[in-house]
Amino acid sequence: MMVKTLKLPEMITEQKLKDLYKEMWLIRYFDEKVDQFFAKGLIHGTTHLCVGQEASAAGSIAVIGRKDKIVSTHRGHGHCISKEGDVNKMMAELFGRVTGYCKGKGGSMHIADVEKGNLGANGIVGGGLPLAVGAALTSKMKKEDYVVLCFFGDGASNEGSFHESVNLAAIWDLPVVFICENNHYGMSGPVKEMTRVENIADRASGYGIPGHVVDGLDMIEIMNTVHEAVEHARGGNGPTLIEMKTYRWKGHSKSDAKKYRTREEEKEWREKDGIKRFKETLIDAGVLTEETAKQLQEAANQEIENAVKFAESSPEPSLDSLLEDVYA
Amino acid sequence: MATRQITYLEAVREAMSLEMRENNDVFILGEDIGVYGGAFGVTRGMIEEFGPERVRNTPISEAAIAGAAIGSALTGMRPILELQFSDFITIAMDQMVNQAAKTRYMFGGKGKVPMVLRTPAGSGTGAAAQHSQSLEAWMAHIPGLKVVQPSTAYDVKGLLKAAIDDDNPVIFYEHKLLYKTTGDVPEESYKIELGKADIKREGTDVTIVATAIMVHKALEAAVELEKEGISVEVVDPRTIVPLDKETIINSVKKTGRLIVVHEAVQRGGFGGEIVSVVAESEAFDYLDAPIKRLGGKEVPIPYNPKLEKAAIPQVPDIIEAVKETVKNK
Repeated sequence: MMVKTLKLPEMITEQKLKDLYKEMWLIRYFDEKVDQFFAKGLIHGTTHLCVGQEASAAGSIAVIGRKDKIVSTHRGHGHCISKEGDVNKMMAELFGRVTGYCKGKGGSMHIADVEKGNLGANGIVGGGLPLAVGAALTSKMKKEDYVVLCFFGDGASNEGSFHESVNLAAIWDLPVVFICENNHYGMSGPVKEMTRVENIADRASGYGIPGHVVDGLDMIEIMNTVHEAVEHARGGNGPTLIEMKTYRWKGHSKSDAKKYRTREEEKEWREKDGIKRFKETLIDAGVLTEETAKQLQEAANQEIENAVKFAESSPEPSLDSLLEDVYA
Repeated sequence: MATRQITYLEAVREAMSLEMRENNDVFILGEDIGVYGGAFGVTRGMIEEFGPERVRNTPISEAAIAGAAIGSALTGMRPILELQFSDFITIAMDQMVNQAAKTRYMFGGKGKVPMVLRTPAGSGTGAAAQHSQSLEAWMAHIPGLKVVQPSTAYDVKGLLKAAIDDDNPVIFYEHKLLYKTTGDVPEESYKIELGKADIKREGTDVTIVATAIMVHKALEAAVELEKEGISVEVVDPRTIVPLDKETIINSVKKTGRLIVVHEAVQRGGFGGEIVSVVAESEAFDYLDAPIKRLGGKEVPIPYNPKLEKAAIPQVPDIIEAVKETVKNK
């Protein structure tokens, strides 16, 4: 009942709000765990953590359906979890195990769940945008009526593929929502030094499409804005560019000493924590109590602990699998 | 099957049209392929038959249209992407090499990318350095891609059907100077399996493995050499990935001599791979003379017609190479 005090898209039920709160913790605990394992040398390679950016993944994907698709980025663990990803398979992939999403062959940057509509993380900055356009083209040509959420970062917005893809989706009225998670740094490059416009979403007018800037830590604003863009796309009106101002708490990747930003700045953003804010909103609306919030958080923590057990106890791929799956 | 003479270019169009009539998932996208009919006229008349939804005229955005082809293939379509010149693969390289070729493997065997990138390659039109290259070795180097180089109208039609039917990304190189050549081509649809070489001429003294337009130059050379009593076998791999090693090895075992000819720059060209395949095989013991490679000179393709011709192997170069190879016969 109290949920009615919040202005929300109609598919966002009271239960869904609770699920989303837990999902945000699932994302945070997943990446915190990965961070610890990297530090201990239990996971190798590299990884890009989205701690602090949970809201843009959870809030955006909350307003699409099962048949809708997403295209993710190198910082994609949150997107995968929100698109009904299986944290066991994700953790197993990071451990390089055969039970992982990619049978241990992809690692953090290539987790995909094609059956569930996650067309994959991507190791190439801006590499996913053209793919999202293609997936949306299928939706239009086969009249499948799905929408594609295309995530990318502020860094990718300076790639040529951004320009080509947004233009192509615009002229063909394709059902894509371009979601720029502006976490203010492309690796170490501050967005202010790398981009002349105040907002990346300002570029939308250059393509003749709607553009919106949202607070990337405000779940309610994210859900409403993405919902509107999804409806716009599903109605055959083409793409929207949404910029979500957010912040990654951790460094770019595991090798980052974070010399390009101050600890004070980090502290300021941590205080704006999107999970904490969502909890306060839900408590105010009577959806959560401190007690139920704590239970959901603990349940998420437990799921991640179980995922670790699953990953650790899973076998490595056999050497015979090396040459498998190069060709279909 | 009823056959008639059509051009190599018409064979490309016919193969696409037959598939598009059969399968609604097949469509074409590319620059100026609509009412203009494509830079070389390959798609002329197709937008009239299939409409602008399935013959999609695109902006000049090679990266995005390559990626759009891949994304649509990953979600159930079977796109044919036309790039106006094969040199422009450079601008679509990330999408083809980092995305299309690797998607299935990176995803642990889930998802597939059934697409064809068709594009004209080669020199001889005076289009100079940025519109005349033969870069197939780059693509052949990438696991996950298949690479086709048809030399005749008959092969074009059968190989293009196989490429469209294939569940993997296929780079289909058409040679500009072959577009107007004609050949006997059945009216019906037929498939030539990828990875099957064709012996274009049988012979006993020397094997020439030649690709694309060099098949025709090798055949011309063979006619001249026959007059001097030298019997040349011409093997056309037709697809370099997958490569029909067996046919090449067997031919060399029979003739005892090998010359490899391609238009692409010799340094790092695919000829080196073919030579290695033979050198590492049992055919090595059958060799009666050193292997020879003929490839493009190590220069960008020049504009002046005489210089342009001199940059790639010509019939007299092949004749000379054969004579040197068989001199101790």
